[in-house]
Amino acid sequence: MNILAIDTSNQVLGVSLLKGEQVIGELMTNLSKNHSVRLMPAIEKLMKEVSMNPEDLDKIIVAKGPGSYTGVRIGVSTAKTMAWALNIPVVGVSSLEVLSYQGRFFDGVICPFFDARRGLVFTGLYQWKNNRLEPVFEEKNMLMEDVLQTLQKQQTNVLFLSPDIAIYKEAIEQALGERAIIPEGAYHIPQAGHLGLAGLTKHADPTHALTPNYLRLAEAEANWLKAQKENESHG
Amino acid sequence: MKKDTIILGIETSCDETAVSIVRNGTEIMTNVVASQIESHKRFGGVVPEIASRHHVEQMTVVLEKAFENTDITWDEVDAIAVTEGPGLVGALLVGVNSAKALSFAKQKPLVGVHHIAGHIYANRLEKEFEFPLLALIVSGGHTELVLMREHGSYELIGETRDDAAGEAYDKVARMLNLPYPGGPHIDQLAAIGEETIAFPRAWLEEGSYDFSFSGLKSAVINKIHNAKQRGETLKNEDIAASFQASVVEVLTAKTLKAAKAYNVKQVIVAGGVAANKGLRRELETVFSETDIPLLIPDIKLCTDNAAMIAAAGTIAFEQGRRSGLDLNANASLQLK
Ligand SMILES: [Zn+2]
Repeated sequence: MNILAIDTSNQVLGVSLLKGEQVIGELMTNLSKNHSVRLMPAIEKLMKEVSMNPEDLDKIIVAKGPGSYTGVRIGVSTAKTMAWALNIPVVGVSSLEVLSYQGRFFDGVICPFFDARRGLVFTGLYQWKNNRLEPVFEEKNMLMEDVLQTLQKQQTNVLFLSPDIAIYKEAIEQALGERAIIPEGAYHIPQAGHLGLAGLTKHADPTHALTPNYLRLAEAEANWLKAQKENESHG
Repeated sequence: MKKDTIILGIETSCDETAVSIVRNGTEIMTNVVASQIESHKRFGGVVPEIASRHHVEQMTVVLEKAFENTDITWDEVDAIAVTEGPGLVGALLVGVNSAKALSFAKQKPLVGVHHIAGHIYANRLEKEFEFPLLALIVSGGHTELVLMREHGSYELIGETRDDAAGEAYDKVARMLNLPYPGGPHIDQLAAIGEETIAFPRAWLEEGSYDFSFSGLKSAVINKIHNAKQRGETLKNEDIAASFQASVVEVLTAKTLKAAKAYNVKQVIVAGGVAANKGLRRELETVFSETDIPLLIPDIKLCTDNAAMIAAAGTIAFEQGRRSGLDLNANASLQLK
């Protein structure tokens, strides 16, 4: 079982190749450089390195967000189209879930997040139970303030994982004190090898139906829906 | 016997997700267009983020449909052509990245195509080119005069300095409370109205083939505004007729002048506004008095589609042009 995993959902560009559970190659950069230009060359390079041809692939796994809308679309478009062309299954995995793999041996609650500007984050809560990553609360686009308030009410330790940790480090420590666990730099970077593992056990998505996990409506759509609602209540 | 050249085209520069396969740059084997217009109507125009989202949803569906409609197999496809620009960057990115994924997965060469080159080559799907030729491209995003002396060579001799013609149509339509897209509605109204208002014609400086429609657009706004203040009522159909007369006169006159100056053997009209009946009629009248043939493709080929990208891509492919897997979307790509 040869698997290609692709993550361009945030600043990290990650590509990995797995043979079953074994990661045989991984390519990662954590730079604010153009994913569109660099993704396919990265895939080509890694596959060449491990002497694999496109038709040798059995499955494609992609980080479907949340994250940068554009970044997520680059990954998902590439993954879907490749899977369709090669007639192999494609699996979308939450980008937050991938990050949670960095807390594989952590006992408490894991809070992976990506900054979504203006105090908002894309986040969810996860916990490892019986070697499985389980959601504690559903992924949402919400104010970090509210996330921390919710966490304050609980008694467990919380592991925070995020490439944007610097923005909220102070607020987290203030809210949770000793209960907040914030590791060093490398732990905040999602790994494409983990993405591969995360997707391994998931059911394939119907290729056409796989869509990014934006966690947020397009602004125009949100405004439109709001206007519709107002019209209804006035009409 | 020369082998056929089979090119798969992909177009996602605005609000249509399109895939087509074209043989030898002249024969459409399959041509699928998924339009998002219904989704954008409620916003009164194309919303880039929403367009990009729809493209991701539609891309593989449209690809599959394209192959369902033809006997052509992947083995026969020589290359993949994709619109690299200009257009909405987020929308372009979906097409470009999908094209690169296909190119890699199927190990086929990749050719980036300029959207306007595509619009011009839509004509070659109906009639072979004769050079030099002049192309007038009019759409929501473009108003350009392009001179071609040979295949794959494009000289921009005139372009809009502000709004595109189609943009002016949409804005005027909005003032008249016509639904989006406004162009066809103005065209319909103009057909029953009369040119009662003398709107300005933007000829610009002597000898220029450039266009400008923002002054005209302001003149229409002022006219409506002033009439309202004075309690006069202007007939919408007369406003439409007067506005359209100004646009059509300038487009036609400049095209005719350029066609004569460059001694062209063909004049091609392309882009969504080429479907405008008023414009067609005037161009046909004017060119029927010359011996320069005027070509306006079928409406399906005037609006955005991927057959035109495959057709332009065929020439680029035959001329040896190739794009790498690092091809990017370029929202402001220049026509060269
Ligand atoms: Zn166009």
